[in-house]
Amino acid sequence: MASLIHCPHCGSRPKEEFSIRGDASLVRPSPSASDEEWHRYVHIRDNPKGRYKEHWHHAFGCRRWLVVERDNFTHEVFSVTDAAEAAKAVQA
Amino acid sequence: MSAHRLSSGGLVDRSRSLGFSFDGLDLKGYEGDTLASALLANDQLLVGRSFKYHRPRGIVTAGSAEPNALVMIGKGARTEPNTRATVAELYNGLVATSQNRWPSLKYDIGSLNSLLSPFLGAGFYYKTFMWPAAFWEKVYEPFIRRAAGLGKAVMEADPDRYEKAWAHCDLLVVGAGPAGLMAALTAARAGLRVILADEGFRLGGSLLSERVSIGGTAPSTFVETILSELAGFPWVTLMPRTTVFGWYDDNVFGAVEKVQKHIALPSLDLPVERLWRIVARRAIMATGAEERPLVFGGNDRPGVMTAGAGRTYLNRYGVAVGRKVAVFTNGGSGYQAARDLAAQGIDVAAVIDGRPAAGDNLPNGIRLIQGGGVVKVKGRHRVGGLLVERSGFEESIDCDALLMSGGWSPIIHLACQRGAKPYWSDEKQAFLAPDVGRQLLPAGSASGLSGIGACLRDGVAKALSALASLDLTATSPDVPDVEGEYDASFAPLWYVPGARDKAFVDFQNDVHVKDLGLAQREGFGHIEHTKRYTTSGMATDQGKLGNVNATGIIAGMKGVSPAEIGVTTFRPFYTPVSFGAMAGTSRGEHSRPVRRSPLHGWAKKNGAVFVEAGLWHRSSWFPRDGEKGWRQSVDREVMNARTNVGLCDVSTLGKIEVFGNDAAEFLNRIYSNAFLKLPVGRARYGLMLREDGIVYDDGTTSRLAENHFFVTTTTAYAAEVMTHMEYCAQVLWPDLDVRFVSSSDQWAQMSLVGPKARLVLQQVVEDDVSNEAFPFLAVREVTLKGGLRARLFRISFSGELAYELAVPAGYGEAVADALMEAGRPHDICAYGVEALNVLRIEKGHVTHNELNGTTTPDDVGLGKMFSVNKPDFIGKRLSSRFGLTAADRLQLVGLKPVDKAKEIKAGAHLLKEGAAPSMTNDQGHVTSACFSPALGHPIALALLKSGRERFGEKIVVWDKLRGEEFVAEVCSPVFIDPDSQKLHQ
Repeated sequence: MASLIHCPHCGSRPKEEFSIRGDASLVRPSPSASDEEWHRYVHIRDNPKGRYKEHWHHAFGCRRWLVVERDNFTHEVFSVTDAAEAAKAVQA
Repeated sequence: MSAHRLSSGGLVDRSRSLGFSFDGLDLKGYEGDTLASALLANDQLLVGRSFKYHRPRGIVTAGSAEPNALVMIGKGARTEPNTRATVAELYNGLVATSQNRWPSLKYDIGSLNSLLSPFLGAGFYYKTFMWPAAFWEKVYEPFIRRAAGLGKAVMEADPDRYEKAWAHCDLLVVGAGPAGLMAALTAARAGLRVILADEGFRLGGSLLSERVSIGGTAPSTFVETILSELAGFPWVTLMPRTTVFGWYDDNVFGAVEKVQKHIALPSLDLPVERLWRIVARRAIMATGAEERPLVFGGNDRPGVMTAGAGRTYLNRYGVAVGRKVAVFTNGGSGYQAARDLAAQGIDVAAVIDGRPAAGDNLPNGIRLIQGGGVVKVKGRHRVGGLLVERSGFEESIDCDALLMSGGWSPIIHLACQRGAKPYWSDEKQAFLAPDVGRQLLPAGSASGLSGIGACLRDGVAKALSALASLDLTATSPDVPDVEGEYDASFAPLWYVPGARDKAFVDFQNDVHVKDLGLAQREGFGHIEHTKRYTTSGMATDQGKLGNVNATGIIAGMKGVSPAEIGVTTFRPFYTPVSFGAMAGTSRGEHSRPVRRSPLHGWAKKNGAVFVEAGLWHRSSWFPRDGEKGWRQSVDREVMNARTNVGLCDVSTLGKIEVFGNDAAEFLNRIYSNAFLKLPVGRARYGLMLREDGIVYDDGTTSRLAENHFFVTTTTAYAAEVMTHMEYCAQVLWPDLDVRFVSSSDQWAQMSLVGPKARLVLQQVVEDDVSNEAFPFLAVREVTLKGGLRARLFRISFSGELAYELAVPAGYGEAVADALMEAGRPHDICAYGVEALNVLRIEKGHVTHNELNGTTTPDDVGLGKMFSVNKPDFIGKRLSSRFGLTAADRLQLVGLKPVDKAKEIKAGAHLLKEGAAPSMTNDQGHVTSACFSPALGHPIALALLKSGRERFGEKIVVWDKLRGEEFVAEVCSPVFIDPDSQKLHQ
């Protein structure tokens, strides 16, 4: 795992300030979505090797949720963006 | 006397004599000595006993790879076991003790193991101590641990301080030898922030052990010149005594600095060790090379050491390892050792060269045995001569020390710690560092070069290369000429045949050549398997001397190149790091934060007993004189709250202020019950679900203004709920206009409970708090007498008439004091979390004992708090799935023991009468239990299958852990005031 994360709000910070929630590609289904869709959203997770987008929380910093795109094999971090911006883009 | 101090020479300060002791023997050394050099100067060749066979062992190296010379240093609580004498800086009053021997180093009972050695080969323990299985833990393991050991850990607390720090630089140079010094100089002159770290207490690395001339001066003078220039740059940090032990992601390096390990009585104003995390834009690995021992019979006899170590003791410390020294080598290093010894007038018994033809010259008069090999080292506690074989003929050589050289291995650990594998070079006969990119460049002998001049030039080149990768340029410093270099080439010689004694590969773990052979025969041929089977490379030295030899020997056994065998995985730490350094200041009471309520002082002066709940120290109960045990105090506190009035600190609840135009809509989406229409000035109990329909947390939410809410959470989930709300607001619904901030620490909150609560409260509050003016669930900002603004909530966890009063944290204690004073005529008493718990169990209110990650709102009797009308909220959609609506779900019930003397315990299981205890017959379990002072007997809350239909049923409470089994009656979970009349009085 990366030792340093470049928070878009706080700059380069040690990873101990962050906590990881998981897959950032999940989109909460609408209430009318099928059982299967909700089941997949709540219970089913991929476990990919390689490039991966995750939700990280800058818990001991700005307390913003971030989307960290990284390679979970090489540990390279490609980008860190604010999750709200990403979420708005999806909803738009 | 064989090993001895020369009359002059070396870099020790002969004007400063230092006294130290070894196994009680008082000895003298000089400032600048290591413990090892000082021991050798006193002819103390025997310094330890080996791990398994308890063989006598001496000093093998002059550096951090040392496998044998491990001693305990220090006295009392400062005793540190397994310290390498070769890197321990000598100080006045140092106390060293040898390890793993009994009764003494010279007469060690454990050495009888040597006689048993035919039975103690690799895998011996696995094969022998298998039956009976129960014996392993109780008999075999304790015995083996006692017999095979290192130093003993001290049981006293460490009196010293440690700390952690971050450092940032443009270029980190690891190692202050020829390559490292030139790299640092090149970058420093270009204005880069440079950190130069070296594990030694004197910077200079191998240059301090050499006799060459650099630009016409001695190597030590050359080192001083560069260091004084570096010290003049404010952007350069020199870090001696600092071992860079690990390379981590993003070019962050771990390092440990020994700040006061060389001082008998460390100052308490400074740490003894400092753990650094160094963030480096670029780094240069100038870590040097390790000389390999030769693997021959008796190569572990005290007095046998590497040629480079012999030269270091001679040239740097002015100590000759013997009076008549033999050399066994497969390359130029041995020849240079012979030349150095001869230059100091030491008799060289012979140079035995494994190669049939040598390419080097020896001074006149030194005998050279080409194509020979040592097959035995005579003597027991020290070298007493050699048996050398050449072309089938054996010959005895008279000597008192033996220097050996099996070639050189670049020290490449850092570059291999992040998964990259080293590669084998036939040309260098060594494993070389992989290309790990521009962030970390190997330089000098760490990159496979030999010769001081070559290393000086490479240091400059690698620094320029690092600068170039940062788009910076620099001028190359002049590299001085080096005179007196030797040819350090060597030919492979992995193992000397014909051994008449054990030929050790891993000295520290007593692994010899036969063990490696056994591992191959028994199917543990892969190098990683061989390591685990034989323990080769698993000692505290991590095989720094032995691993490459092990690979070479296995390659020879299989008839393949070492490239095909490879090496085992490199991992941090390069050398052992103390737990103290890793803990830093996080120890004892400082190992985690302590959270104290703003009412802590109030609770303390009222005699509270505190309990740790998470990070919080909460007032648990308030004993009074004459009370025997906590139960008596708690019963009194409960009854007093039910009949008079009690005051309880509830400041630890999580508190979140929520603002924004969409604040109500937001809360409506995260709670299962409705919040849109909550009027201003009212509080409402709320349930939060997880997305899978299970209850997450509960608490009250108050509407202070149209767009300002005040949310409380349970104490335990305060941080989690805040994080959850942030996720919902930022990720799920970023379009909502809502903001929140935690105010958990800003408010002191106290609960005033009991029929006389209003009487007491009215004396402190200006505003009218009558039932009409301030009804149940009213919330308002009020003014206290004296003018302080406060928040008043009429909410109740106990089932009594109750108020919660919140004041700014700093006023908490004064307001609590005022309430106690006002309540004195009404017999007010403080109560703690124990009484709080009893009160809520009597009332049937749930906590996380019941909201335990498996229950739905309906399970705990709060089904009406699940809004079917709201279109969407967290947890709504999956609440309707089959499993969560099943008829036989566990439901919240109350329990009363039929025999009123029986105490129900939380965790007990419930069974139908007559049913055998089993998972199939399990009907549920007890979640909360207490003695009810209001009812006068024990009661409990439980989760029971279809529980609400079973009120009145007799059920067996079965507690296997405590061996109890008795009958209880199922009843409503609300034991007192089922119509909640008290709340509205």
